[in-house]
Amino acid sequence: MASSVGSWARRNRYLLARRCVQLGVLLAFYGTLHWGWSVFGEPLLAGNLSGSTLLGTIPLADPFALLQILMTGHVPLLEIFVGAAIVLGVYGLVGGRSFCAWVCPVNIVTDAGEGLRQRLQVKSGFRLPRHIRYVVFGLSLLLSALLGVAAFEWVSPIGILHREVIYGIGFGLAMLVGILIFDATVLRHGWCGHLCPLGAFWAQVGRVAQVRVAFVEASCTECGDCLKVCPEPQVLNLKAAARAGMVRSGECTNCARCIAACPEGSLAFALRARIRSVPPIRPGAAAPP
Amino acid sequence: MSTYTGRREFLKRMAQGAGVATTGGLLWSFLLGQQRHARANMLRPPGALNEPDFAATCIKCGQCVQACPYGTLSLSPSGAEVPIGTPSFSPRDVPCYMCVDIPCMQACPTGALEHDLERIEDARMGVATIDHESCLSWQGLRCEICYRECPVRNDAITVENRPRRTSGHALFVPVVHASHCTGCGICEYVCPTEVAAIHVLPPELVQGKIGDHYLLSNDAEVDADGGPSASPAGDHDAVPGLEYLNEGER
Repeated sequence: MASSVGSWARRNRYLLARRCVQLGVLLAFYGTLHWGWSVFGEPLLAGNLSGSTLLGTIPLADPFALLQILMTGHVPLLEIFVGAAIVLGVYGLVGGRSFCAWVCPVNIVTDAGEGLRQRLQVKSGFRLPRHIRYVVFGLSLLLSALLGVAAFEWVSPIGILHREVIYGIGFGLAMLVGILIFDATVLRHGWCGHLCPLGAFWAQVGRVAQVRVAFVEASCTECGDCLKVCPEPQVLNLKAAARAGMVRSGECTNCARCIAACPEGSLAFALRARIRSVPPIRPGAAAPP
Repeated sequence: MSTYTGRREFLKRMAQGAGVATTGGLLWSFLLGQQRHARANMLRPPGALNEPDFAATCIKCGQCVQACPYGTLSLSPSGAEVPIGTPSFSPRDVPCYMCVDIPCMQACPTGALEHDLERIEDARMGVATIDHESCLSWQGLRCEICYRECPVRNDAITVENRPRRTSGHALFVPVVHASHCTGCGICEYVCPTEVAAIHVLPPELVQGKIGDHYLLSNDAEVDADGGPSASPAGDHDAVPGLEYLNEGER
């Protein structure tokens, strides 16, 4: 019994780690506001995902929210630029859409939607091209400029969920239930995988991200287990991944489902710089110059 | 996605894409228009920019809410009568106690709460208005609680003597002076009537504007209030029409 729990935990180690980070970030915000959590007398993490202050001194801000504010023609204080730059730098290192899989609270909702979908055995009927998120991203900026308010921030389920958990519940949780049902019954991976403009923003940052999923073609048996669990299967183009030695697309969320699913251990996290230096090994085939 | 089969298919897809974007954009704009509606008596924290600029600049992070030591401010949840995720306060619940260091404003990372407010007494969150018909002082009682609790009493609220006919004693009624009222709402909070007889409302909802072309008498009080006589006084050339009227005098 104990060993089966242990093996379950090992198989789901990345899932557990992601949930810990997601809930931990939420708890840090919540605890700072409601229980006065502090370190050396400074509030631990004041604010929410849109903008916050770490340890009373380090500003953090959502660069996409800043971008929308700038599109309205307003220039905010320097503090928010510094905060956005720090956040941009961090996700530039750990992988743009790592935000989506490791921090964003809506990910828990959409994962639940996917779980529900599998339990109900819903057939996928409705389809939408994945790149529609870039249309939504463009619309966010266009509407911000036209209407004079940060367009996505005013309807964002991410902001709503985070704010209403931290600052008090409102009608907004209905929107989250809506997303859950949409993902479960209408469009598979609908919100995170097709529509969210914040995901589109981080996908662009992810093109230069340092932490990537490395792929070793030599041990791959092409069983396809990774593709079955991947929420963004278009990024798992194994031929392209073999050439690059890694999953290159910024749309990869670094969720590590594929790493956990791969029976051969052909997929693993690695730094981009390291991956480049690994020569392609394939028994019987000549290595390219 | 299927492959494109010629120009016709390409154009069809482009038209579909444009259709989806336009429909989505219009629906989204409608939602944003709905979200911007606010109840008339919504009060923003001290130093807030005017409402359109505030709405554009506020990043909805709630750091002002956390900085307030009295729990005055709250972030609006969706579906409330205040634009989503933005801070406001209701003085009948918790008023603004006018901290001298204005921590809410200092906490704002975007400048939606403008950082150049130096004295909290210069804040203009709202203006108190009195309903004479439910104000106890106006009924002849010596209430005056609003006056006594006002943090800038004798400037923002004064008590004026209002003689009556021989049948009754004089009234002592509170009078609000908008030029000094910060809109903190302590008066509304302490008002003892069942529904407060003194309400703090956003200045633009209450205040009129005389207009620069009126030349009032050079009354010292008018000057002190920043009234319109302050600027044209001693500079009659600036008043339109005046030169023409005085031509014969020169």
